[in-house]
Amino acid sequence: MATVKTFKINDEDVSGREDETILQIARENDIFIPTLCNMEGLSSVGSCRLCLVEVKGWTKLATACVTKIQEGMEVYTDSERLREYRRMIVELLFSEGNHICAVCVSNGRCELQDMAQILGMNHLVVPYRRPNLKIDASHERFINDQNRCILCTRCVRVCDEIEGAHTWDVMGRGIEATVITDLNEPWGASQSCTTCGKCVQVCPTGALFEKGKSVAEMSKKREFLPYLTSMRGNGKAK
Amino acid sequence: MIETPTKIKFATVWLDGCSGCHMSFLDIDERLLDLGDKIDLVYSPLVDYKDFPDMVDVTLIEGAVSNEDDLHKIKKVREHTKLLISLGDCAVTGNVPSMRVPFGIEAVMNRAYTENVTRNHQMPTNGVPPLLPRVRPVHEIVKVDVFIPGCPPPADTIFFVLTELLEGRQPDISKLTRFGK
Amino acid sequence: MAINMDELKERVVASQEADAQFTHSIRVCMASGCLSSQSDLLKKELEAELKKRGLEKTCQIKGVGCFGPCANGPVIAVEPNGPMYQEVKVTDIPAIVEALDTKPVEKLVLPTDTPFFNRQVKIVLENSGKIDPESIEDYIAAGGFEGLVRALHEMTPQEVIDSLTKANLRGRGGGGYPTGLKWSTVAKAEGAHKYVICNGDEGDPGAFMDRSVMEADPFRVLEGMLIAGYAVGADYGYLYVRAEYPLAVKMLKAAIRQATKQGFLGKNICGTPFSFEVDIRLGAGAFVCGEETALIASIEGKRGQPRPRPPYPAESGLWGYPTLINNVETYANIAPIIRRGMEWFHDIGFHKNRGTKVFALSGKINNIGLIEVPMGITLREIIYDIGGGIPNGKAFKALQTGGPSGGCIPAEHLDTPISYESLSQLGSMMGSGGMIIMDETSCMVDVAKYFMEFCMDESCGKCVPCRVGTAHMYDLLSKICDGSATLDDLALLEQLCDVVKNTSLCGLGQSSPNPVLSTLRYFRDEYMAHIVEKRCPAGVCKMKHAVEA
Repeated sequence: MATVKTFKINDEDVSGREDETILQIARENDIFIPTLCNMEGLSSVGSCRLCLVEVKGWTKLATACVTKIQEGMEVYTDSERLREYRRMIVELLFSEGNHICAVCVSNGRCELQDMAQILGMNHLVVPYRRPNLKIDASHERFINDQNRCILCTRCVRVCDEIEGAHTWDVMGRGIEATVITDLNEPWGASQSCTTCGKCVQVCPTGALFEKGKSVAEMSKKREFLPYLTSMRGNGKAK
Repeated sequence: MIETPTKIKFATVWLDGCSGCHMSFLDIDERLLDLGDKIDLVYSPLVDYKDFPDMVDVTLIEGAVSNEDDLHKIKKVREHTKLLISLGDCAVTGNVPSMRVPFGIEAVMNRAYTENVTRNHQMPTNGVPPLLPRVRPVHEIVKVDVFIPGCPPPADTIFFVLTELLEGRQPDISKLTRFGK
Repeated sequence: MAINMDELKERVVASQEADAQFTHSIRVCMASGCLSSQSDLLKKELEAELKKRGLEKTCQIKGVGCFGPCANGPVIAVEPNGPMYQEVKVTDIPAIVEALDTKPVEKLVLPTDTPFFNRQVKIVLENSGKIDPESIEDYIAAGGFEGLVRALHEMTPQEVIDSLTKANLRGRGGGGYPTGLKWSTVAKAEGAHKYVICNGDEGDPGAFMDRSVMEADPFRVLEGMLIAGYAVGADYGYLYVRAEYPLAVKMLKAAIRQATKQGFLGKNICGTPFSFEVDIRLGAGAFVCGEETALIASIEGKRGQPRPRPPYPAESGLWGYPTLINNVETYANIAPIIRRGMEWFHDIGFHKNRGTKVFALSGKINNIGLIEVPMGITLREIIYDIGGGIPNGKAFKALQTGGPSGGCIPAEHLDTPISYESLSQLGSMMGSGGMIIMDETSCMVDVAKYFMEFCMDESCGKCVPCRVGTAHMYDLLSKICDGSATLDDLALLEQLCDVVKNTSLCGLGQSSPNPVLSTLRYFRDEYMAHIVEKRCPAGVCKMKHAVEA
């Protein structure tokens, strides 16, 4: 039997089960905390760092998607400092790859593009890195354009945790890190891929998309995720 | 246009871009006439002045900094402008012009002047300014005062920004436009 | 085998008697430093020479761990009371053997009545250079396993933990977290299993303390883990050692084999209900695997990436079970504390910093090597007394401690007594114990760039600020170094330092801006010289005057 904890978010009284995270309770109460790597139904990895929040009395910022709620904690989700950090993190993402919104299949339906607007990030202070990245169009139905990948690893997680295929993983480290299919083989040659397309549907940007889609045509369908996770008896993110 | 001392001096500059932002500016349509009461267009691809004037109050920049000509031009424009506005994704982010960067200049020149040319292909030797290895957004070269992202930014947004600035207010456009569409 | 204290003492006497049969004993350093200048060949030739002269029954040859003065290798020591020789060559052997009963070979003598030797206090390294790390008998003769036997036969787990708490032992891996508190948290945690992990993934540039301990005294590390297993209620231990330390791995493997054979590892250790096994896992070359959650992921066979804490490993660690992680030096401190008592340990050091710390001295210093000093000694004593000062009459400029997570300390703070707190107040940290000394010929911006390149290369790539931020910071530092940076670039660098420090997921990312922040704090003028005057004061950086468009 899980106990109930009461605490505060932005001075508002809220409550939740002890095994729930700050992010879950914030969402329940319509309090916005930005995220890019988090997705309900998948495990949380805390890697995008957008959901960092302040907790009164804590020296470090808390990762809302993985920090369990505590009795009496006072959480603040929207300070000027947090806004600045979040804007910079989104800047870093834009500077890392080659995000040319104007010619992207996900233009207008992209979570990264949305996030820049939500956070008021209208230009980059950091210089663009403009790396030379690969596009893998070997799969019969899908394309992997690494220029648009933000390494949120949703594809890795959905493939492993929901589809059970574990076609995707991460290779390399630091700025060289990249998602790969099988042992860095062409997607089309993958023995493990079931062509279910879940990775494409959870991808927040235009990095994974369906063949035949042109600029701004790729809309992602995610209805399967809550359905499948409820079937699995795990409606909440771990 | 009749010059009066109360009108502000206004310019638009076209660097490496598709001119879509200028089209969007023209899409302000009949409201251009209202603007015309307040501004004096002293330099633009839309008018015939050859040299950038000594001092301009507001300059809209479309396009990224791609070649040595752009570089020279933008530095001069900045020197002679009070308020510089990056208009559209090419000026703000580098956008489509920047897509050539990862491939290198040689590959791009070959694609344009050799591979895709069926007859008498040759590299241009004069009249075409040399490309810079990296395509830069304007603010990586000179200080920019206002950013209007969008490909292109909607005409309403451009009109809003200009009228707000003319009224002496700092426009908040975060809800009105963004990267891409 | 029910080993008790009496039996242990008997074995000590037996091994001392065995040693007494020899009139002389020559100890040859067989640790990585001296091995790299062929001390193994030296040992073989020494044995051949003794045999040739029929002295093999009266003079013993022993391969031992590090003596300390690593730059002077190969180092050997002649016992009893004989001299220590440095930079010994095979051709020197006849002279050394002839001099066994007469005056030492002058030109090879390494003076030992110097501050380098007599200002050190050895706890962790007390067996280093004395015992044969491959011989469990040697270890027992030096008091080995007394701590374990005492803990198992005479103390409750809680008493073991209390002794560490009262001794004020703190984690030697860098942060200085109280060891007793960590152990007690794991002891209290509930779990069907518990694990003990030894972090031997030492990876800071200029650090080789843990390697030396594992090479010189592997049983000591095992004994520390065994006592930990008993105290927290764990039945399995992992030694996580980086694969670049093959000799340490070889020594540890041999130690596990012998300890198992003699009943110090396995089921019902020393006749008690306590059972404990130890296995070795090799790190595959990622610095981030020194971070505890990444290390655990690596042992689990996953990609070596950190995960956010809490939950801490003490609550949910290896395969979700409560897990105790300490580093090599911390475990090496355990047995002596239990054997000699917490009061003895508490008498060394000062305030909240008790005992000793092992440091690896490198860079522009006369005595390069491994030292162990009491907490509270000043940086000046380490550099000028023990370290012998700066070579070639150059001026001291900065001391880098704490590896890529640490910082640079300038001359004006050299009189600071060493403690976890004092070093972090100076913008650096104790870290695992690497000390890189820099003189006036070092450019501090270039140093910051070096460490940033290290952090960029070693970032695992999981979280955005560390993955992308370190790459941008490295680019900005490169711009400053080649003279093409502006003051705006410096402002951006400082902004990125703030973001990366406060938003990165793990300690590696959070501390990656430290070398920049500490050099900015003490050597801002050097940054300004690069940016404004386009000049490198130390003459290290090549300036390209034309600013790139």
